[in-house]
Amino acid sequence: MVRVDGRGDGNSLVHVRGLDKKYQRGSEEIHVLQGLNLDVDAGDFVAFMGPSGSGKTTLLNLLGGIDLPSAGSITVAGDEITHMSASRLTAWRARHVGFIFQMYNLIPVLTAFQNVELPLLLTKLSKAERRKHVETALEIVALADRMNHYPRQLSGGQEQRVGIARAIVADPSFLLCDEPTGDLDRRSADEVMNLLGRLVREHHKTVLLVTHDPVAAERAQTVLHLNKGVLVEGRAAEVG
Amino acid sequence: MKYRHLVFANLFRKKIRTALTLGSFAVALFLFGLLAVVRGAFNKGLEVAGANRLVVVNKVSLIQPLPVSYLNKLQRIPGVTLVTHTNWFGGVYQDERNFFPQFAIEDGTYRQMFPEFIVPDDQWNTFIDDREGAIVGEDLVKRFHWRVGDRVPIKGTIFPGTWEFNIRGIYKGSRPQDDTTQFWFRYKYLEERENPYWKGLIGWYTVRIDNPDNATRVAGAIDDTFANSPWETKTETEKAFAAGFVKQAGNIEFLLLSIGSVVFFTLLLVTGNTMAIAVRERMRELAVLKAVGFSDAFVLSLVLVESLFLAAIGGGLGLALCKLFTLRGDPTGGLLPYFYLALPAVILGLLAALAVGLVAGILPAWSARRLRVVDALRRV
Repeated sequence: MVRVDGRGDGNSLVHVRGLDKKYQRGSEEIHVLQGLNLDVDAGDFVAFMGPSGSGKTTLLNLLGGIDLPSAGSITVAGDEITHMSASRLTAWRARHVGFIFQMYNLIPVLTAFQNVELPLLLTKLSKAERRKHVETALEIVALADRMNHYPRQLSGGQEQRVGIARAIVADPSFLLCDEPTGDLDRRSADEVMNLLGRLVREHHKTVLLVTHDPVAAERAQTVLHLNKGVLVEGRAAEVG
Repeated sequence: MKYRHLVFANLFRKKIRTALTLGSFAVALFLFGLLAVVRGAFNKGLEVAGANRLVVVNKVSLIQPLPVSYLNKLQRIPGVTLVTHTNWFGGVYQDERNFFPQFAIEDGTYRQMFPEFIVPDDQWNTFIDDREGAIVGEDLVKRFHWRVGDRVPIKGTIFPGTWEFNIRGIYKGSRPQDDTTQFWFRYKYLEERENPYWKGLIGWYTVRIDNPDNATRVAGAIDDTFANSPWETKTETEKAFAAGFVKQAGNIEFLLLSIGSVVFFTLLLVTGNTMAIAVRERMRELAVLKAVGFSDAFVLSLVLVESLFLAAIGGGLGLALCKLFTLRGDPTGGLLPYFYLALPAVILGLLAALAVGLVAGILPAWSARRLRVVDALRRV
């Protein structure tokens, strides 16, 4: 259940209250997010839509702990992250967040296997255990046969699927997807969205997706529109 | 080490750049090694100098002689336990490029004075029974393929004519650093054959004293004894004498230090530039690592390890090549008989290379550490 009215009971996976984010550009102050509230339960699939500059990516960055809010609080799985030190926040990200980027952001000199293995290097898993986890993640994204390929040897859609495998391999609390289909053709985009849908349905993952693409947003259970720093609930098709 | 593929993968991302940087380190450390070898060769006399030996030379110049009659007077000075004398011969064997030192020695005392040189008794006895006998160092024997019993002609430059010697013995050094490229023959042979002007003159005295702590007092007593004579003396410890000898060739230390500093500073600029470019190219990837959960300290370490790895491999390669080069022996035809890359120089070279790697990597590593994930991901 997703709520934006601030009336959630506090037991949700993601619990955001009064979130503000301001930027200073020269003498001008830009108020990107204004007192934003959000509650997302585990297993939800939420899409955020909105015009460019509306603050979608900023919201995602704040939820992922790679940016700090000007005011307000974010609690994820019981951890209040807005006042964590940088080092604690880094460790928290490793445990709770799986990032999926528009530009895939794979490391070009590492194979698909090594890219997916990266988050597991931060755990105490043995080499054999890491291998098992990576193989499982690559099987989920149907790229087990490409594990020794370098990113340059993969198509855009395959690269993004490797990115998804990297995001899920450490079994994070939720996935943050920033325009994951923005750089893909329709067919590859559909494959990626099918995969995200399957992760929610079959593997009970929580997915927060930022997109410009109404077709991609259709796959989400809930679409939230971000306008003038405030979230509004509604289906993508209904959002103007 | 589970992170090693991260380091290796990044190092071989741009193979040519890595090869060129490794090459810079290798060339610089090869040069450093050679400078250390040359320095070691020049300073060898300092390392082997005896603490209880003084050298007495003519006060005017080392090349001016002293009377052999001083021998008895020196022996009577309190604190002096043994005296011997030596002449520089300066001859040429076959070709001027075949340089090696030849000394006319006082055969009654020389062996006692320099016990670090080991000559078998039977060979020494044969030597002192032969007016034209010679004792040669084992390195010299290897160099010219001589054997005991060979007759060797040497053309004099200071003492004219061709001088023929019979090799009667071979000496070895008791320490690795001992010079075994010398050629000794009897002073009596020089004195008997030389023209009247040189009769009764020697090059310098070596004096053994009872206690190294008395060196200053005994040296003063010696010089006082011969003050205001036609042959005034200058007495100093063997180490100071060797140091003065090195200074005659110029300020070798300063020269080597200057060259070494320029080389390492240039290397620092090259490596610093390489690491800065390498990090700038990967800002987005480093940001992804941080987003995934790698700490700031890890990212800093990753960049530093890359830089140190380049330094260690490139520097090690250069020093290994230098070692191989020195194994072929002295390339100067005898000017640098102690042509050897010693372990302390290797360790110092590696430490210097690592220091350059560390300094070159620290700024790019720090900028990687400070990198904000959001800013780096925003860059296209």
